[in-house]
Amino acid sequence: MKYDDIDHLKRISNKARQQIVNLTTKGGCFLGSALSCLDIITYLYERFLILEDKDRDYFFLSKGHAVPALYSVLSIQGIIDINWVESHLSPYSDFYYHPNINISGVDFHAGSLGHLPSVALGVALDMKLKNSTAFSVVLVGDGELNEGSVWETFLIAGANKLSNYIVIIDRNRIQANMKTESLIPLEPLNKKLEAFGFDVYEVDGHDFEEMERVFDRGLFDSEKPHAIVAHTVRGKGISRFENRIDKWFVRLTEDEADEVLRSMNIENEVYQPLK
Amino acid sequence: MSYQELLYEIIKDDPRFIVLTSENRSAIRQIPQLLPSRFIDTGISEQSLVGIAAGLAIRKRIPIVHGISAFITMRAYEFIRTDIAYPNLPVKIVGTFAGLLSEGNGPTHQAVEDVALMRNMPNMVIFCPADEQDLMIGLREILTTNLPCYIRLNHLPPIVNHSDHFRIGKAEMPYQGARHSKLTILTYGSLFCEAFKACNILNEYGISTRLVNMRFIQPLDVDTILACCKDSEVFVTVEDHFVVGGLYSALCELFVALNINKRVYPIALKNKWFRPAMLDDIIRFEGLSSDDIAQHIIKIGGFNGK
Repeated sequence: MKYDDIDHLKRISNKARQQIVNLTTKGGCFLGSALSCLDIITYLYERFLILEDKDRDYFFLSKGHAVPALYSVLSIQGIIDINWVESHLSPYSDFYYHPNINISGVDFHAGSLGHLPSVALGVALDMKLKNSTAFSVVLVGDGELNEGSVWETFLIAGANKLSNYIVIIDRNRIQANMKTESLIPLEPLNKKLEAFGFDVYEVDGHDFEEMERVFDRGLFDSEKPHAIVAHTVRGKGISRFENRIDKWFVRLTEDEADEVLRSMNIENEVYQPLK
Repeated sequence: MSYQELLYEIIKDDPRFIVLTSENRSAIRQIPQLLPSRFIDTGISEQSLVGIAAGLAIRKRIPIVHGISAFITMRAYEFIRTDIAYPNLPVKIVGTFAGLLSEGNGPTHQAVEDVALMRNMPNMVIFCPADEQDLMIGLREILTTNLPCYIRLNHLPPIVNHSDHFRIGKAEMPYQGARHSKLTILTYGSLFCEAFKACNILNEYGISTRLVNMRFIQPLDVDTILACCKDSEVFVTVEDHFVVGGLYSALCELFVALNINKRVYPIALKNKWFRPAMLDDIIRFEGLSSDDIAQHIIKIGGFNGK
């Protein structure tokens, strides 16, 4: 991966991060969760997903409360209005704390955890029936793995050898306001996923070069569904919010947000707005 | 022709249709052989089954999902609500053994609140055929509508010939009684047969009755009910469902909303699950037989004469 490509991804991610900080002044948002998976979503939309073809990929954000990460990337890509933040929580818009199916680029609404693994699996099944070469990708939170419906769906994925089904686990080790391992320990997670019939990969969910190595369409050719455990940091990119169990939902005043944005400019090597 | 034979006839040449089940194959035993490329069994997993159906539907498929009513409507309730009803996807949920039809399986298998649950969902069509013939008459239209549907599957043999004039949201009137019936019985599903026989008994007592086979609890056939209001003062609802949330509730809500002052009596399961047994015995034990219905109505009284 070239330096320019990495720089490009970092610029997008940081531009998105600024939008997300601005969103905290518009009724707040689940900033910690959004920043945890922002780099992954940035990578997927910029480098992995093929969305222009008729036989296109699908991406489902099952941890719906991380939606600012999705909308900010979609807006930078020009799929939704770059000023979407302005209509956040307006009763006249579909922008609220979770994704809505009426928003361009959103294939399914989410918010209730444990739903989209099965919806994405339905899409993967249909792709197989149509001999498609596309992928159905679903991003779940690690806390979301508490839901039984997720494992029910994983059993079905394994049984059907759905090699076009990719589950990304945003493994930030915090769920709501608790550490995952202190509530319902998930480890050994890889072994669990393997036992359910998945090929399991691990990646640093903030390292674009590593993601480039793992998200290789050619590698996903085994007869198994694929699980990618992405090690992430809640609140990534803003030191005062990183790894904080009390910074899940964040609401800031405009002054506070300005201060955060200024500190980000210093912290991040790339910060110039794209436009 | 059986349900699955007609199902196969309707869907075989239309690749949009996919048949799914959470390992409840009783109504569709032949489909895996007849249509292997469009049959999916997810195993015992109602929630995933419904989610998968939603995924197929956003790919322009029409999933026909089969499950035991009690499990599919209740275990997967939130999935139906959030993933099917909210986005208004044309998924067909075929519930087996609803109402009294679970017979000896006991309370775990009794779907006697399913209509109430499904009725809470905007967009959801609820089709409750009186028997197998009634089911067959409506099946094609149900499967090809763009709306999400819940079907209370019913294989009981018919005791009357049903009208093949079928429209979503329209009832049929198989027992007209005299031109001016002061009594109207509204029913649906597996108690239709008892309600029909009750009309004959009441006729012998000189009580002129009109019987309406609702077919749909949602959308409710308001026009037909209002037409009945022209002469009927007494309405009796007969359903194999809890009193709360079913046809009785729907009718009361309608009358209150339109400020219609009628006497309305429910014959249904009143705050209790039914005793597990064979269907005929349940019907007698729970006081839902044609004799029980007729005697109940005679006691209500007040609808004789002109």
